[in-house]
Amino acid sequence: MLTNAFSMETLMEAWEIFKTQFPLAIWETVYVTLLSAAIAIIIGLPLGVIFVTGEKGGILPLPAPVMKILNFIINVLRSVPFLILMILVFPLTRAIVGTVVGTPATVVPLVIAAFPFVSRLVEGSLREVNPNTIEMAQSMGASPMQIITKVMIPESVPALISNATNAIITILGYSAMSGIIGGGGLGKIAINYGYYRYKYLIMIFAVVLLVVIVQVIQSLGTRLAIKADKRLKNKQ
Amino acid sequence: MIEIKNVSKTFATADNDVEALKGVTLSIADGDIYGIIGMSGAGKSTLVRCINMLERPTEGSVEIDGVDITRLSEAELRSVRRDITMIFQGFNLLMQRTCLKNVCFPLELAGVNKTEARKRAMELLDLIGLADKANAYPAQLSGGQQQRIAIARALATNPKVLLCDEATSALDPNTTHSILELIREINQKMGITAVIITHQMSVVEEICNKVAILDHGVVVEQGEVGEVFSNPKSAAGKRLVYPAGEEDTAVVAGSGKPTIRVVFNGADATATPLIARMAVQTGVEASIAYAATRSLQGKIYGTMLLNVSSEEDAEKAIAFISEREGVIAEEVEKDAD
Ligand SMILES: Nc1ncnc2c1ncn2[C@@H]1O[C@H](COP(=O)(O)OP(=O)(O)OP(=O)(O)O)[C@@H](O)[C@H]1O
Ligand SMILES: [Mg+2]
Repeated sequence: MLTNAFSMETLMEAWEIFKTQFPLAIWETVYVTLLSAAIAIIIGLPLGVIFVTGEKGGILPLPAPVMKILNFIINVLRSVPFLILMILVFPLTRAIVGTVVGTPATVVPLVIAAFPFVSRLVEGSLREVNPNTIEMAQSMGASPMQIITKVMIPESVPALISNATNAIITILGYSAMSGIIGGGGLGKIAINYGYYRYKYLIMIFAVVLLVVIVQVIQSLGTRLAIKADKRLKNKQ
Repeated sequence: MIEIKNVSKTFATADNDVEALKGVTLSIADGDIYGIIGMSGAGKSTLVRCINMLERPTEGSVEIDGVDITRLSEAELRSVRRDITMIFQGFNLLMQRTCLKNVCFPLELAGVNKTEARKRAMELLDLIGLADKANAYPAQLSGGQQQRIAIARALATNPKVLLCDEATSALDPNTTHSILELIREINQKMGITAVIITHQMSVVEEICNKVAILDHGVVVEQGEVGEVFSNPKSAAGKRLVYPAGEEDTAVVAGSGKPTIRVVFNGADATATPLIARMAVQTGVEASIAYAATRSLQGKIYGTMLLNVSSEEDAEKAIAFISEREGVIAEEVEKDAD
């Protein structure tokens, strides 16, 4: 009942739960998010590169059917809602982690949901590199690999950082959602206490913490992106 | 020596085929500063991009010191491109690298070790007068400075040829002048052949010794700058040299008096004033109906139209003027009406 949600008694109880459960939950949320993001980037970055370089007229064209298939797979993965995807990948999760519940098990669906998204973000960032700059590199005898590693990626670092920030925040949201079907962390606490036991205060705590984490990630990301961008004039 | 032989380039676009180059033949000797001039869309960029195979000709060959580079593989081309470097209208610096690292870039590509690359890059920054900007980023530099860095970068691999595609078109006249001076200096000191693509006469006049005029994918005129510009024969050449609409037949026809065309083909610029001397010595008074003359390296090139009052005067004037070295005079035929 909402009326006694903020009574002294519930407050004490909430505080107790907060002290005992939250440190672990925060840790779980952060590590699941960062680990999933890292793996998603490891898979998504080369894919994003391929989307740009592999197309017709790109610096390392791939056969058109290969590109079509890749695009199709990524689009399909991106169109499945995360909750459904989690359930769909249960067999895969079980094969890799051995179980489908618990915090480590959520890494698998998170990665599968995030890497297609990351690959598109990488694609978008790389497309912003001035084609004339790439032509300059070609005119100096750069190989396609050198163009990727010495021109395309370094020149789009600021955009890549902003997009990585976006990806991490999106994954954080997904990881909270994964609390519904067995995932750990702040999402699980919010759902367990708020939804199943009507302890709204706990849910609010969890949400506030999620907001704080998002704020921290966003401001760190923005600051890093600005710091990395050497195109900005009035800066040392 | 660059020999472009019968090069054609056709782009297949969605709507139609664009013939950007049609049988272009040029030869550029070592040490030349060769200008390629033409209107927008004439095919200048396409031509220069065929010299380093950024664009593969549809037909014809491009020989560099006897090697036909249209037959080379991509890998072989990469090493040729260290000998033929390029600078661009938009500078195309790597914005996330310092100036020093930009100059190191081609050396890095060639696998030169770091310390050696830095040393060479510093020498080049010194040469272009921007050693103090080594650790600045391109965004912190003016356009002219950025182009200097781009030149230093293009020189890093000790190329034999420097291709410049509208390298000064984004710069103001003073900066243009200083960049052209730098290119001239490089040409003279290091013996690097330069190919200058431009749509500006002034650029060609300032530094080129040879010029080719490109019009709709065809070379319509080529030769020594003075010769080509003093007496352009093609329509495109005339449009360039007389941008205001040429020694219009309107001027000639409208006067109702005999008109003489005076062509300066390397006359001594310091000689005494021609018209005044003519008036004194022959008593012929001429009025200038049109003049488009330029001075190149102390010589005058171009055309002038003079109106005189009678046929007799015209003959006298032609006789007088023709005695001068590097000047030709002729009466302009009028249309019957
Ligand atoms: N990649 C391409 N695909 C299709 N058409 C092209 C391509 N590149 C150039 N063209 C066409 O070829 C012609 C010559 O272009 P080019 O860029 O060589 O002209 P330009 O003389 O350099 O002009 P500008 O002075 O404007 O730079 C133009 O008609 C252009 O539209
Ligand atoms: Mg051009």
